[in-house]
Amino acid sequence: MNGCHLDPQGALGGNPLFALIFNVAAYVLPCWLAFVIAGLVIMLILINAVLLGAAIVSWGERRLLGRFQNRVGPNRWGPFGALQPIADLAKLITKEDIIPYGADRLAFTAVPVIMVASLLVATAVIPFAKDVALVDLNVGVLFILAVSSLTSIAIFTAGWASNNRYALFGAGRAVAVLISYEVPVVLSLLGVVIVAGSMSLGDIVVAQAVPFFLVQPLAFFVFLAGMSAELNRTPFDVAEAESEIIAGYHTEYSGIKFALIQAAEFGGALFVSGLIATLFLAGWAGPVADWLGWLWFLIKTFIGIFLFVWIRSTFPRLRLDQIMTVCWKFLMPLSFINLAVVTLEVYFLRDASGALSTADLWIMTAINIPVAVVSIAFFGWIIRQKVRDSSRTTAAASPVVRGVSTIEVG
Amino acid sequence: MGAEWFKDVVFWALSVVAIAGAVGVVMSRDLFRAALLLATVFVAVGGFYVLMNAEFLAVVQILIYVGAIAVLFIFGVMLTRDVRQGNAPNRLQIPAGIISGLLLAAMIFTAVTTDWTTLAGAGLEAKSQIAQTQAVGIVDIEAAGRLAESGLSEQEVESVAGGGLADLLVGEFVLPFEAVSLLLLAAAIGGLALARGRGR
Repeated sequence: MNGCHLDPQGALGGNPLFALIFNVAAYVLPCWLAFVIAGLVIMLILINAVLLGAAIVSWGERRLLGRFQNRVGPNRWGPFGALQPIADLAKLITKEDIIPYGADRLAFTAVPVIMVASLLVATAVIPFAKDVALVDLNVGVLFILAVSSLTSIAIFTAGWASNNRYALFGAGRAVAVLISYEVPVVLSLLGVVIVAGSMSLGDIVVAQAVPFFLVQPLAFFVFLAGMSAELNRTPFDVAEAESEIIAGYHTEYSGIKFALIQAAEFGGALFVSGLIATLFLAGWAGPVADWLGWLWFLIKTFIGIFLFVWIRSTFPRLRLDQIMTVCWKFLMPLSFINLAVVTLEVYFLRDASGALSTADLWIMTAINIPVAVVSIAFFGWIIRQKVRDSSRTTAAASPVVRGVSTIEVG
Repeated sequence: MGAEWFKDVVFWALSVVAIAGAVGVVMSRDLFRAALLLATVFVAVGGFYVLMNAEFLAVVQILIYVGAIAVLFIFGVMLTRDVRQGNAPNRLQIPAGIISGLLLAAMIFTAVTTDWTTLAGAGLEAKSQIAQTQAVGIVDIEAAGRLAESGLSEQEVESVAGGGLADLLVGEFVLPFEAVSLLLLAAAIGGLALARGRGR
């Protein structure tokens, strides 16, 4: 120890892993080098975990989809085809890297980097196990929303810089969907934050004496549907609908750039599943959480991924105007109902210090599950009428313009 | 051992990004690139807020400016005709340069000459100042010292410092806050009415 000390109150000093690597490195290295090396090591761990996770998700999703569709899926390379992602990556890396004629080369190249970078940065606040998050920001939920809002710009840039009509169509659709679904998703997260009394993901996990998918089934439903849409997954995958616009915004991408975009998409699915596990399934909480927290977190994340694949393989693709209808006329009222009910419950149930006991959470569960069933049934009935009416008339006004008009709201 | 030198490195890196980005916004002929560079500048400014320990402000900056306003710009660019030909040279370049130069001079003058640490008075004003600096997440130690001299109790300080922005927004400034939300709602409805057109 040559006189190096970390500020234990600092954002990095509070991280036990960072402190450990720093202290070990400080025995042989000057302070500044130890600081940089500890930072690099911890970044490497996180980046590799996320990208490796994305590779595993890509394989797992294809295998699961295969099972759902009564076929085998990739099974040739490695046990159960588990080495398939490596084969895919090797193939994509050796492919020619094409930048189309007339493209904005700089912006075109920047897109995969921005997509992967924003995903990795957002992952930094997810608590993988007890007290193991890269940083436990006290504005964690807001941070995730802010960083993932970079995706819409990246997608739009991809569509614009490609100099390709289909890419631009895909980008326009994707951004319209992203901006619209942001509203119900944020409103459902607001319910979670109100009950937990904190925006820090670590505190939200601790607050879940009863997992929030029971306490707020409506928020869970809205979040799951909204995130399916934000990830551009079937049934909301109009942005890259193969049968209509080739591959949407990443039509022109090839080689390693395409690999990065795919990594960002599968990594996004992994990240959102981790977010669902953290926000609604009580994260690392479980028996022997001190030692096995990571295991519970992984299992719950897998549940999230399984739900997404299940949804994807079950429902056919919606039209863009139907997607907008689902967002504005179905998910929006549901998220408002959830927010109103939860706020009232917290107002009446909390004790003098503003905290909620486990019994309070069970009371809320008992109230909220019937509320969720009734309101989903009611608005589902209404939207069925609306969809029937709108399919009789000609296609509605350009949905992209509708997407634009939502910016003022958000 | 602190991250102090590290903060300096980050500060200068962010400064280069922000200034180069801002120059790029003005100089770029391609409107789309200008919009992207503007988003970059917004992100860099968010980075400055993080350096000042104002995480909340930084996150909100990125959420609103990058996530909403920059996207709005990009949509605007997309819906503009002949955007590929770029920014035609403007006849009003010189007057615009003079006005923005004067504005910049005024802002720099204000920023340099204002004594940011001085408090006009002790007591309630110090309390309000702490509340405001707390509101953006910056702990004003000197103001706290003055507050201690002013004789307010610890609880009163806590009650101001704890809630920060939220206390101010739904306490003292609840009326303007609600008025702004009403204004935004009116603007949103007005935008919808305009976009809908007359025919339907």
